[in-house]
Amino acid sequence: MVKVELWAGLRAFTGGERTVEVDAKNIRELLQALSDAYPGLKPILDEGVSVAIDGEIFADSLIEPVGPENEIVLMQKIRGG
Amino acid sequence: MSNQAVSTTVNGDPVQFVCDPRETLLDVLRDRIGLTGSKEGCGTGDCGACSVTVDGRLVCSCLVLGVEAEGKKIETVEGIAEGPNLHVLQEKIIEHAALQCGICTPGILVAAKNLLEKNTNPTETEIRYWLAGNLCRCTGYDKIVRAVQAAAEDLRKAG
Amino acid sequence: MAFDTQTEKQFKYIGTRPKRQDGVDKVTGHALYGADTYKAGMLHGAIVRSPHAHARIIKIDTSKAEALDGVKAVVTRADFATGLTGENWNILENIMADKTALYDGHAIAAIAATSNLIARDAVKLVEVEYEILPHVTDIKEAISEGAPIIRESSIEANVPPDHHKNITRRFECGKGDVDVGFAEADLIVERDFTTEAAHQGYIEPHACLAHMTADGKGELWCTTQGHYNVQRICAALLGMETSQLRVTASEIGGGFGAKTTVFIDPVALALSRKANRPVKMVMTRSEVLRATGPASSSWSTVKVGMKKDGTITAAQATYRLQGGAFPSAPSESPAQVTFAPYDIEHAEMVGLSVMTNRPKQAAFRAPGAPMGVFASEQVLDEMAQELGIDPIELRLKNAAKEGTRGVHGPTFKRIGLIETLEAAKAHPHYSIPLKENQGRGVACGFWFNFGGSTSVSMALSEDGSVALSIGTPDIGGSRASMALMAAEVLGIPYEDIRVTVADTASLGYNDNTHGSRVTYAVGLATIEACRSAVKEMCKRAALKWGIDEEAVSWEDGYAKPSGPNAGDFEPLPLKAIASEMTKTGGPINGHFEASPNTAGPGFATHLVDVEVDPETGKTTVLRYTVVMDAGKAIHPDYVEGQMQGGAVQGIGWALNEEYVYGKDGRLQNTVFLDYRVPVASDLPMIDCVIIEVPNPGHPFGVRGVGETSIVPPLGAVANAVSNATGVRQTDLPMSPPRVLKGILEKQKANG
Repeated sequence: MVKVELWAGLRAFTGGERTVEVDAKNIRELLQALSDAYPGLKPILDEGVSVAIDGEIFADSLIEPVGPENEIVLMQKIRGG
Repeated sequence: MSNQAVSTTVNGDPVQFVCDPRETLLDVLRDRIGLTGSKEGCGTGDCGACSVTVDGRLVCSCLVLGVEAEGKKIETVEGIAEGPNLHVLQEKIIEHAALQCGICTPGILVAAKNLLEKNTNPTETEIRYWLAGNLCRCTGYDKIVRAVQAAAEDLRKAG
Repeated sequence: MAFDTQTEKQFKYIGTRPKRQDGVDKVTGHALYGADTYKAGMLHGAIVRSPHAHARIIKIDTSKAEALDGVKAVVTRADFATGLTGENWNILENIMADKTALYDGHAIAAIAATSNLIARDAVKLVEVEYEILPHVTDIKEAISEGAPIIRESSIEANVPPDHHKNITRRFECGKGDVDVGFAEADLIVERDFTTEAAHQGYIEPHACLAHMTADGKGELWCTTQGHYNVQRICAALLGMETSQLRVTASEIGGGFGAKTTVFIDPVALALSRKANRPVKMVMTRSEVLRATGPASSSWSTVKVGMKKDGTITAAQATYRLQGGAFPSAPSESPAQVTFAPYDIEHAEMVGLSVMTNRPKQAAFRAPGAPMGVFASEQVLDEMAQELGIDPIELRLKNAAKEGTRGVHGPTFKRIGLIETLEAAKAHPHYSIPLKENQGRGVACGFWFNFGGSTSVSMALSEDGSVALSIGTPDIGGSRASMALMAAEVLGIPYEDIRVTVADTASLGYNDNTHGSRVTYAVGLATIEACRSAVKEMCKRAALKWGIDEEAVSWEDGYAKPSGPNAGDFEPLPLKAIASEMTKTGGPINGHFEASPNTAGPGFATHLVDVEVDPETGKTTVLRYTVVMDAGKAIHPDYVEGQMQGGAVQGIGWALNEEYVYGKDGRLQNTVFLDYRVPVASDLPMIDCVIIEVPNPGHPFGVRGVGETSIVPPLGAVANAVSNATGVRQTDLPMSPPRVLKGILEKQKANG
């Protein structure tokens, strides 16, 4: 199981929880597990999110591994100019 | 409106063209003579990217009509270097990294050259006011002003 | 891609300031920008635009225009793909209206004719019948009761149903419990702030030359920050296969974020498809201002709690960003960014995206951050004064460092905020005495920086020179930086490397030149591409010497035997390996493709002194110092250029620049005379201090520098003007009439 910190605005879809635990070995599995556990999150995840793992922000990657030792933060997709 | 034939001199070369009387000198330089170094940033004389000289006078070529070039001597950015030898201002602009995107550079060069022809020892303030009609959005002008100062110094040394 | 400790040794090329390789082209007028190319048989395109802020399109009659001699094609929305969704739909809706004109300047139809003058004459002959609808352009009005609802279907799933229907996104992040934090505070300050929309103001208007041929193939030459993105969007909007459209990026005359999207390129392609001839389109300045995206306007509410010693106990903020008639205002950005420089236990940050009848906002350098920092850094400044604490000391006391968990969520690795603050404090600027009517402002800024997808290839020539192909348009001298990094790895002179921005058919996919990503990500790929060629060159040397590949090392342009059993051979220079490469296994090339994610966060501290004329309210910037962490400055001149340029754009945004809409919903200032960007005589020199705290995620330690530079100035200048006048500046721009009004009100209040 990995711990995922959601941005606070997503509490509405997780029964008030800001940190949730899901079973996942990489970002693809993590997003899928979140959608399965909290269907209300699916449209937001589908709009595109970034995932920060130990302080590094992954804007697009699905393959980056995640584990229980990692700090995992879901972020709104980063935009640049 | 019927087109008009115009005879003029551009960067020392005799040039003839035919244009609509509504076309600006900038349109003519770019679209009829093929000198695209002068740029259109605004079309209203505010940005200076189209700066050229007409009989030695610095103007925005977007505010001059093509037909007004009749019998005049036009100088553009393409005429600043002498063959393979860059003008000292061109050298200094490159050396000082005084351009980022470079779209304002032709106008800056034409305007700065015109200044240094009148005054080889301008103060920083004089340079800044002379170039106030040439917008640059990339550099914040710092390196441009320094490049013009360095060019002026070289010109003074060369006497 | 980890930081190479061995490269920390002595750099030979990195950190030097050679001449840029496109310099001669750019000072002689030969560089070709978006509007500088021509094709035989070329037509000129022009666009019919709505004069109304909000209107239903009842009928478009193009018959008179089509009858004009020289007009060859007319297109409307019917000439573009249908069934698009998401951002592709938003882009199409923005560049060519469907049933409704959504803002003053919205495109309704387009014409191609044999000359620019004829095309513009024909535009006047198009008759459009409108039913005028109620409109709203102000952010506060847009979320008040009774405001016309722009498009309810754009509301994202994360917006609670009780929010106003012009709010399309709600983002919230933070940590701890702000109620607990405010209870611990000795001082609490809460204020509201507004900023107006500022345009990116690139001097080159959007321009392109499109040619679609009867076989369904297309060629597009355009000014853009990312031609692969243009290719992808245009193909979708035209309903064609991506690879059938080859896009070549021209030299680009500035972008600052707004050339990461498209406006006229698909229109020119549609006109060309219909006319079966090449079509050139060039926007006028008024079209650029009316119909291409400025940055969002904003309305922020910021509340901070602080102990007497300056420790921030809680921060709470709501940032509302107006993004035009589209749902894309980046309100999540200020929510994440503004308080990220500080170690705060309790924080709650909300971002709300708001729709109005204005053009679709476009990215502008650290999108969303400057306006948020305008608010947050002013509250900190006010509190520092109230508590009698030096503003830099206050920031140092709360500064984030390695291991700090930011209010946006992630924990920072090695960052350089404290180093920028210490350098600012020690800078002579900070101790220059101020006179009457003068004020000093300090502000910090943070930006994430970005990696992005990148492909780079390099080819060795038989004479030992190198061609490097990149796919990111060079806006600020990046070709010079790439050549420096290649020279460093290969050990050959900078001048021996020629860098080309390749077209979409010549190199694999690349994201835009944006997100402060090029020197970091394309640099990283350049280094790796060159390293793969070095590996091959070591292999060729090993082959020649009859030893193991592993026993050959690469040093300063030479293959050398290394290790105890390698044998004693004369080192082989790159030129010698190159000269016989076709006989030793074939051409030697290198390439690298990746989507790196280790962009190091950027931090900056800005110092500014101003003088405000109490008679007129006019602000003069006396001196300005930018201190920024660049990780490693590859070409310091161009790093300084980013620092200076970002600061000056911020000064313009702070003091003069604004979108002025009339009651009729029309933009009032559509030329540079009225939309006033800073000119040379407005400014002093901009001092720069480059800090180098290496990014642990780049071989040479590079961090992006393009965007962080515009994050602090709005706050820094506002703090300076507030301190000069004794009046807190809560609204931008701080134009003379507004500042004077504040001064007079204060005088009146003081009797």
